[in-house]
Amino acid sequence: MSMTLFEKIWNSHIVLEKENGPSLLYIDRHLIHEVTSPQAFEGLRLNNRKVRRPDLTIATEDHNVPTSDRSLPIIDQTSSIQIQTLEKNCKDFGIQLFGIDNPNQGIVHVIGPQLGITLPGSTIVCGDSHTSTQGAFGSLAFGIGTSEVEHVFATQTLWMQKLKPFEIKVEGKRKNPLAITAKDIILSIIRRIGTSGGNGTVIEYRGETISELSMEQRMTICNMSIEAGARAGLIAPDEKTYDYLRGKKFTPKNYEELVEQWRENLKTDPNAKFDKRFTINAQKIAPQVSWGTNPSMVSDVTEEIPSPEEFAKGDLSQQKGATKALEYMDLKPGTSITDIFVDRVFIGSCTNARLEDLVDASKVVKGRKVSSKVSAMVVPGSQMVKKQAEDLGIDKIFKDANFEWRESGCSMCLGMNPDILGPGERCASTSNRNFEGRQGVGGRTHLVSPVMAAAAAIEGHFVDVRELDLN
Amino acid sequence: MKQFQKIKTTTVPFDKVNVDTDQIVPKQFLKLIQKTGFGKFLFYNWRFDVNEIPNPSFILNDPQYKNSKILVTGENFGCGSSREHAVWALQDYGFSVIIAPSFGDIFYSNCFKNGLLAITLDPKIVQKLMQIETELEVDLESQTIKTNTVKIPFQIDSYNKKILLEGFDEIALTIENEDKISEYEQKSNVSSLL
Repeated sequence: MSMTLFEKIWNSHIVLEKENGPSLLYIDRHLIHEVTSPQAFEGLRLNNRKVRRPDLTIATEDHNVPTSDRSLPIIDQTSSIQIQTLEKNCKDFGIQLFGIDNPNQGIVHVIGPQLGITLPGSTIVCGDSHTSTQGAFGSLAFGIGTSEVEHVFATQTLWMQKLKPFEIKVEGKRKNPLAITAKDIILSIIRRIGTSGGNGTVIEYRGETISELSMEQRMTICNMSIEAGARAGLIAPDEKTYDYLRGKKFTPKNYEELVEQWRENLKTDPNAKFDKRFTINAQKIAPQVSWGTNPSMVSDVTEEIPSPEEFAKGDLSQQKGATKALEYMDLKPGTSITDIFVDRVFIGSCTNARLEDLVDASKVVKGRKVSSKVSAMVVPGSQMVKKQAEDLGIDKIFKDANFEWRESGCSMCLGMNPDILGPGERCASTSNRNFEGRQGVGGRTHLVSPVMAAAAAIEGHFVDVRELDLN
Repeated sequence: MKQFQKIKTTTVPFDKVNVDTDQIVPKQFLKLIQKTGFGKFLFYNWRFDVNEIPNPSFILNDPQYKNSKILVTGENFGCGSSREHAVWALQDYGFSVIIAPSFGDIFYSNCFKNGLLAITLDPKIVQKLMQIETELEVDLESQTIKTNTVKIPFQIDSYNKKILLEGFDEIALTIENEDKISEYEQKSNVSSLL
């Protein structure tokens, strides 16, 4: 029978099936961090249970960690306690931890692939919705809640109702790939299918544009699958995938043997049935800028902010949502996107803080200065990304332009550490969520690509990066 | 987990779509390491102003909804982050049932792991329920919502229903299948990270 890639991975991980009920799925990789794990460890202690497979579990500290001078103590007591709690839990339960001072520390979804923890065809979970990032490697990777974290700790399995496969095809050659990025592709998709368009599904991204993307760009696409409501995003592995994972810290010894099997098995069969399909032409995609408080409220950089009526197309609830969003964002319909001025620029997060993102943004920044009205920062996704960028001299380009160059972590994507927006501050951000207060109470987030964020830092307002010389 | 009991209370008509978990519990409260006491942080940035004074126009600050245990809301409730703190906050505040046309997937799953009943209904019925000011009775056993005048059936997955009604420990249930898990591990060649 013809099957989708998702179904093949799902079927190969079933431990137990219940008729009309959920399946018990085996979990190959469990990544944890300080925010969603403490209550799960506490649950294990209360019931006198152990972590069944500490050897399949990896921990890092990313959400709370300061990105400024790490030789100083963490000022926020509650953050400090949460980090110490993870350290104690990892020690007590025998889990490898890449802590704040470790050269492998970084945002959990960035270090997974970089260390070769992520493998094609595997199941990967983490108490974090952006685990979907790792689906770029052809793995079934999804976010879970803390109760499920505890369940995986104790049993290395999860009860799951089968998700539905959703095909999104991206076709056509981008006219200017440096300016029209993976971020613009995924924002264009969410804008069209909506924030609940993918509910209950696993999206498989296919088509020539996807094949052309680098692994890091594919991660940006899969990362934001959850913003379309999908539990996971998936891209079939190819030679780029296998090359990326070769020779990493945790790449298995029998890797080439595995690659042979993956080449054979890890693809959607011709005529496989998807429950849902959507196609988009990449030729028509322009640089995207969000103007509202969810990731479907997005316009082309050349457009004006729509009225709530235009946005909602007759859906009264959506219209009400858009009205409230514009009020929160202090924006008026009819304003040109390029007339929006920003106070802050954040280049970082699990969406866009890998090496290529920083290299591309540096091309915009090189030889220029951040606008005197803007405060801008770069937060590399991991210590490894930071080091790679520094070896290339990228840090110097940013620093010379008056960007702050920080240590790695989630930082201002969600502002659990001191990196937050003040009330009313407007930010061009390469992160994934423009929810109310996400980057700080009263803060206003505009989601953009790294090159768009860099250009906004220089000019002080949004500009069409297609008009810049990026080579 | 506590067993889910039939409940009868008034509802809070919370007419918003795409309420994300960042709104349900803002990030500044995710640093706690226990599961309890999150009720005071529920919808914090909407419920309180910057000086922590209750916002009188926010619905939960209206005394008439003080004892309501049923939240009736718009589509895609609980989208966004996987934080289970959102469920802990809703429960600790006093909610037992959330009714919406659709939910964020991870939030929905988190509800059932904690005994919070999430009910999905047709958007038109949800809109009607938002207009009802009398008490609603929610009976999970018979999968019905009753008012003085109408009876509305709802669908629920039989596994989730059982979890809620029996309040069982899911991990203990899984551990009963230990032999199956070991058997799977013998066959699979999952590579260790040591």
